[in-house]
Order: sequence, then structure tokens, then C-alpha cells
Amino acid sequence: MAALAQDEAAPMVRRAHLARQTLVFSGLLTLFAVAFVVSLCVGRFAVPPARALELIWLGATDPWRELATIDERIVLLVRAPRVVLAALAGAGLALSGAALQGVFRNPLVSPDILGISQGAAFGGALGIMLGIWGFPLISMVFLSGMAAVVLVGLISRINGRSETITVILSGLVVSSMFSAVVSLLQFVADPNTSLPAIVYWLMGSFATATWERTLIAAPGLIIGGAFLWMLRFRLNILSLDEAEAQSLGAKTNRERWMVFGLIAVIVGSQVAVSGIIGWIGIVIPHASRLLVGHDHRALLPASVVLGAGFMVIIDTLARTATAAEIPLGVITALVGAPIFAMLLRNHYRERNGS
Amino acid sequence: MIGLENATVRFGPRTIIEGLSFSVPVGRTLAILGPNGRGKTTTLKAMLGFQPLDAGRRVAPDIVGYVPQTGTSNQRYRALDVVVMGRAAHLGIFGQPGAEDFQIAHSALERAGAARFADHYFDRLSGGERQLVLLAGAIATGSQVLVLDEPAAALDLHNQERLLTLLNTLRQPRDKAIVFTTHDPNHALSSADDALLMMPGGQPLFGRVAETITPQHLENLYGVPMRVVELAGPSGETHQAVLPAFAGIRAA
Repeated sequence: MAALAQDEAAPMVRRAHLARQTLVFSGLLTLFAVAFVVSLCVGRFAVPPARALELIWLGATDPWRELATIDERIVLLVRAPRVVLAALAGAGLALSGAALQGVFRNPLVSPDILGISQGAAFGGALGIMLGIWGFPLISMVFLSGMAAVVLVGLISRINGRSETITVILSGLVVSSMFSAVVSLLQFVADPNTSLPAIVYWLMGSFATATWERTLIAAPGLIIGGAFLWMLRFRLNILSLDEAEAQSLGAKTNRERWMVFGLIAVIVGSQVAVSGIIGWIGIVIPHASRLLVGHDHRALLPASVVLGAGFMVIIDTLARTATAAEIPLGVITALVGAPIFAMLLRNHYRERNGS
Repeated sequence: MIGLENATVRFGPRTIIEGLSFSVPVGRTLAILGPNGRGKTTTLKAMLGFQPLDAGRRVAPDIVGYVPQTGTSNQRYRALDVVVMGRAAHLGIFGQPGAEDFQIAHSALERAGAARFADHYFDRLSGGERQLVLLAGAIATGSQVLVLDEPAAALDLHNQERLLTLLNTLRQPRDKAIVFTTHDPNHALSSADDALLMMPGGQPLFGRVAETITPQHLENLYGVPMRVVELAGPSGETHQAVLPAFAGIRAA
């Protein structure tokens, strides 16, 4: 009798689950859309929302049009590339964090842990010091980020395989090596020219965003993200115990490095155009897990939308809260750290409770 | 069909198994018996291909339905999603499970008697319930070979009985090769055709249950005097049961 009642209840449970997911995703998408439009409107020169929407429509339907009026130029040339870049970067970082936490079976790791951010920072600092700008600088940042991952791979590979814990520790080692060199570069940099540029860039900012920079970062972010999205079910498998994953046909070692490579592409592209932005990769996946659960098939898209929305909001705050721009890294840490502390306490309270 | 041929595994200077050969054809069930630390788990891992062999050969199909002792992910998945992961080997690295895979997962849950947990969170289930879900996952792989690591180790008597009954229903159609490890010879008597005894001194004994599960062999195996008694089952037939000599003696 009880079994019968449960059999009938099962589809209802499933329907309730589906309804909840739909609700959460529409909420997240609304949040992102609102943040996007508000960000285009606010600033030193305010634009009414209706006009902003009209301008987006005009810009999207006829991108090569002559931009005559001042509000057109501000919205489409200054704010729009910045908002799009912020959204892409936030989405990429959150996605990388979610994937990495799954692969490491550890909810506390983030893209910084593999040394990608610090490696990329080294390339950027060196480039700025040598007076390189534009595309060469960006490729340098990207390559040094990749170099950091390769280095982590070489150090952690012992007897033909790399254990999770050695990967994390090697990441730490490579990270501190690169950050020491970055400090050295700052020490010897010219305090009148390159030092402020390096420091500002290290703290992360979208202030320099242009369509050109957005287009440089976009391919890496989108291609890396698309591949991670295709791997969403595989990430479920990789998040299992090593032996279980292998018994299901996964080449765990090789596939894990494939995920690391994709994350290096994403984070490298992001750091190249907007400097180091911490915390997104750890706070957003956690919040998304609370909303949609741990299954990567739902977690990845939720992280993308929430990460994009959150990054746009943070960036809008960064440029409007005070007369001068506040570095992004400062705000993400100020907002992210307390949220993370709260999540951490809730996580362990719940675990001890059950 | 799954098995090892002349397999040797060493951990540094220690030889865990040496020249071990056995095979389990489709339709038969093997119980691997032995006290702790005699290489039961190593044998299992070698058979599954997780443990590289220092010598010898492993015979196994590409996909083996493996039932670990406990699911050890810290991720929170629904039981149905855990079972559907059993389909991974058929989907490839970029594949996504479709309606058909969920259908297979559902019927696997039903075969394992765990259909009522389908929508529960796996990490909220009890040890015995998780075991059933993991078994469903192994069935969902569609492999002809099932390998269970100490399936009854963490179960109370009631759940042991349920698990053994379930194993016997899976055995019945004789369309699978099943291997499980256990430290209780009674599990071998009730649910296996063959037994592999991990004897002290490294000379394992492999053969039919009737020939291997005898008091002498078991005394050798565990270092405890053993008795085999015949008991009347619930419907009148006789069952064999193995008891260590200290069982059935009332403490003064």
C-alpha cells in the first residue's frame, strides 16, 4: 500500500522538481536582464531605460550605423562593450569554478588554485613593464596562464599519474612562485609609468573595455565555455570516486587535464582583458548549488547566468558608487568573502546536522 | 566472462597475490573469501583493471558493472541520476543521457528493488539503500559482468538477507557473471556457485562451493576451528550453515 502511494507520488515529485528548476532559471535570467539594462542606464550620464532598450535594438539591427547623438555614443560605445565583457567574464569564471569543484570533488577550490590567475598576472605585469600593449600583451597573458597549468601538470605528475592533493599543492607552489615574481616586477617597475598600470590591472577592472577587447576575449570564453557545457554529464562522472568513475569508462586523468586546459583558456582570456578578479569562481557555483542542486547539467547553466548577472552588478557598483572607479577585486572580495563565510558555516552545519 | 590468468601484484617488497588464476563465465557466480588483508580487495581491483599487474593477464569485457562499497561522492545527486551514470560508458565523453537511458535506469532500479528511492537524494539514503542504488547503477551499465565489493559488510542481518535474495534473483536467469567479496562463508553458501579462498601462505583455493567451503579449508583460511551444520529451512528443505567454533557456546 505504502509502496503504491509512493509510486504515484514519484511523478509528482518529479513535476515539482521541474517546476522549481524552471522558476529558478527564469528568476536568474530576469536578474541578469535587469542588471544588464540598468547597467546601460546608470552612470554620470543617465539614460532612461526605454531609450537604452531602443538603442540596443538599433545597435543590434544596424551595427555599422553612424553614431550621432551623445547618448548613443555612451551606451553603444562605452557602456555596452563593458557590460558584455563583464557578463562574459563573470559567466566564464563561475563556470570554471563549478567545473573545477566537480573535478576535484572539493567545494573549496577555485580557478586561482591551479595557478592560472597568477601565471597570467605575471605575463601581464611583464608585458606592461616592457611597454607592450594591445593584442601582443593579451597573448602574452594567455600564454603565461597556460604555462602555469602546464607547470602544475609537470610537478604533480608522479609515476605517471597525478593525485588530486598533489595537483592542489602544486597549484599553490606555482601560484606563489609567480606571485613572488610579480612582486619583484612591481618592485623594479617605473613608479611614474608602468607601476600604476600594473597595480591597477592586478586589481581587476573593466574600465578599459572596448568592442575590440571584448572581441579578443570572447572566442576563448565562448569556446571554452561551450566545451565545458558539452562535458556537463561527464563532470557528474568525474565527480565520483576515482574507481567508480573509471569503472564507468572514464579516463579520469586525461579527462581531468582536458577540463583544466579548457579552464585555462577561459581564465586566461578573462585575465588578459580585465585583470585578476577573485571570488566569482567560488561564490557563484556555491550559490547556484543551493538554488539548483549539484547535478552539473543544471549547475553549469545556473552558474553561467548567475555569474554574468553578479559580475554586471559588481561592475556597475564599481563605476557608480563613488566618483572614481573602485577596483573590481576590492568589491568582489568585500562582497564575496562574507557570502563565502556564510556558505561555509551553513555547509558544515547542515552536514553535521544530517 | 571475467578473470585473471597467472596474476601477480606486488606493493614494494610485499607480494599481495602471486600466480592467481580463476575465471567466471557468464551464468556463474564467484565468492571471494578471506580474512582482512589477504588481498581480496587487490584481487578485485586487479580484475577491474584499477590495479596494474606485475605479471599475468586480466580477462574482462570493456565495461564491468562495478558496485563499490559505499558511494563516496560529496556531491548531492538524486538516486535516479546516480543510476543513469551507469550509462556513461555507452554515451562517450560528450554524450548526454536521453529518455531511453532514463528508461533503462528506471528498470534497473526496479530490478534492484530500489524504485521507491528514485527521486531521493543519494547521500540521504541509509547504507543498505545506497547499496541497492549502486547495484542498480551496475545493472544499468548493461554489462554481463557484475562485481560487488563487500556488498554485505555494512549491512545488518535483515538487509544482508535482502541483498542475498536479490543476488539470487539476479543469478537466476544465468545471463550474468557475478563476483563478490565477503568475509562470511555463509554468503558463499547461499549465493555463489564457485568460491575463491585467499589462503594463508599465498596459495589460493579456487573451486565449486561444495568442494571449497568445507570445515578443513575454512579452518585453514581463518585460523579458527569451523563447523558446518545442517539446518531445516522455512519450507522444510535443508540448508548448510558455517559456524566458527566459538558460536553457540553460552557465556557462563
